[in-house]
Amino acid sequence: MDTVINNLGPLLGGAWVTLKLFFITLLLSLPLGLALALMRISRFRALGAGVNGYIWLMRGTPLMLQMFFIYFALPNLPGLPIILPDFLTAVVAFTLNYAAYFAEIFRAGIQSIDKGQYEGAKVLGYTYPQTMRHIVMPQVVKRILPPLSNETITLVKDTSLIYVLALSDLLKVVRGIVLREFSAAPFIVAAVFYLCMTFVLTVVFQRLEKRYAVYD
Amino acid sequence: MTESAPEKRNMIRAENIRKSFGALQVLKGVSLSLAEREVVAIIGPSGSGKSTFLRCLNHLEKIDSGRIDIEGATLARTEPGGHCRYAPEPEIRRICSRMGMVFQHFNLFPHMTVLENVIAPPMTVKKRARADILPEAETLLEKVGLRDKRDAYPSQISGGQKQRLAIARALAMHPEIMLFDEPTSALDPELTGEVLRTMRQLADERMTMLVVTHEMGFAREVASRVIFMDNGEIIETNTSVEFFKNPVHKRTRAFLENML
Repeated sequence: MDTVINNLGPLLGGAWVTLKLFFITLLLSLPLGLALALMRISRFRALGAGVNGYIWLMRGTPLMLQMFFIYFALPNLPGLPIILPDFLTAVVAFTLNYAAYFAEIFRAGIQSIDKGQYEGAKVLGYTYPQTMRHIVMPQVVKRILPPLSNETITLVKDTSLIYVLALSDLLKVVRGIVLREFSAAPFIVAAVFYLCMTFVLTVVFQRLEKRYAVYD
Repeated sequence: MTESAPEKRNMIRAENIRKSFGALQVLKGVSLSLAEREVVAIIGPSGSGKSTFLRCLNHLEKIDSGRIDIEGATLARTEPGGHCRYAPEPEIRRICSRMGMVFQHFNLFPHMTVLENVIAPPMTVKKRARADILPEAETLLEKVGLRDKRDAYPSQISGGQKQRLAIARALAMHPEIMLFDEPTSALDPELTGEVLRTMRQLADERMTMLVVTHEMGFAREVASRVIFMDNGEIIETNTSVEFFKNPVHKRTRAFLENML
C-alpha cells in the first residue's frame, strides 16, 4: 500500500495520459468512422473501393506496427519527412485504426435499416442528407450500441500499447514501479483502474440502450 | 365566372410507360390520365405491374421510356433520340411533393411517436415551426381516430392504426394527389375496414386518389373508375359501375370471377 501512496503522483499522471488518449481517440474516430462508412456505401464505386482497401489495411495489420510506422518510418520519407511528437503519433495511429473498425460497425448498422424507411422519407420530400440525419441514423445508433460498446471497451485496454512510444501511460508507470520497488501492488491499482473505466462505460452504454429501447 | 363546371385539371398524365427489371419487362406501354378529384382504382393479379406503375409516378422507380406529367409539370419524358430524360433533382422533388403516398408496409418512422411521425416531415422538409404545425397535426390525428395514441410509438399500435397514421402523415404535407400502394394488403381482414373507411372519407372530401388494391368492394363503391392491369399492360378501363357490371375482356372476367 505504501508503494502505491508514495507513487501516487506518477500513477495519476499515467492515468491521465491513458484517459486523454482514450477520449481524444473516441472523439476523433467516431466521426471519421461514420464518414468512412458513408463513403463505403456511396454510389461512387471508386470511393467505396478505396475505403474498403483502407479498412483492410487498418484491420489487417497490428496497431503496434501502425504506430511504429508513423513513429519511425514517416520521418524517413524521402522528400517529405513527417515528424510527429510522441503523443500525437499515438493519437493519429489510434484514430486511423479505430475509425476503420467503427466504419464497419456504422456500415452494418446503416445497411440493416429497411429500404422502406428511405422510400417513406423520399415520398415525404426528405433529401438524402435529411433522411440520413433524421430517419436513418437515429435508428442506426440504437442498433449499433452493443458492438460500439465492445469496441470502446477494447479501446480502453488498447491504450496500454503506447508504452512502445516511450509515453508514460498508466501501465507503463506501474511496470516501472514494480520493477524498481519489487512490489506487485501497483498491478492491482492498474487492474482496478481499467475495471473502473470499463464499469463506467458499461453503465453508460446500458443507459443508452435502455433509452433507445422505448420504441421497440 | 360562369355557372358551368370549369374544365377539370389534369393531375397525372402518364404516356406509354415502359419499365424493365433486367430482362423482365414489367410495364409494356402503360398510359393513364387522372383528373382532379377523380378516384381511380388499379386492380390486377400480383406481378401485373400495377405497383411498379404507381411507384414510377412518384419517382420511386425510374422509367425506361414514356412520359410523365404531374399537374402539367414534366417529371420525365423520352426525347426524340429515344433517351429518357428526367427533370433536374430539385424539380423532381417539387413535382413529387404534390403527391402523398401510402405503402403496403406503412413505412412509419419507428423511432418517433405517432404525433412526431406527423409533425417531423413538415418541420424537416418545409422548415415549418413546430407550434405552427401542432394544431393541424392534432386535427389530422383526430380525423383518422388516433388522437389518444399521439404519444405511442408505431410498434405499440395495431396494423390498421399504423396505416391510418401513415395516411395522416402523408396528408400533413398537403398533397394534391394521394397514391395508395395496396394499403390493406398487409392487414388482418378485420382491420382493413377501418383503413378503407378513412380512405372513403378522403374520397368524400374530394381528394384526387390513385389506389392499387385487391379490395373489390372499395374499387366498386368508392372509385369512380377502375383500371384492370395484367402482365404489364392495361387490359380494360371503365367507370366502376360498368366495369363490374359488364367486364368486356376475357381476362378481366376471369380475374373478377376469381376474386368474387
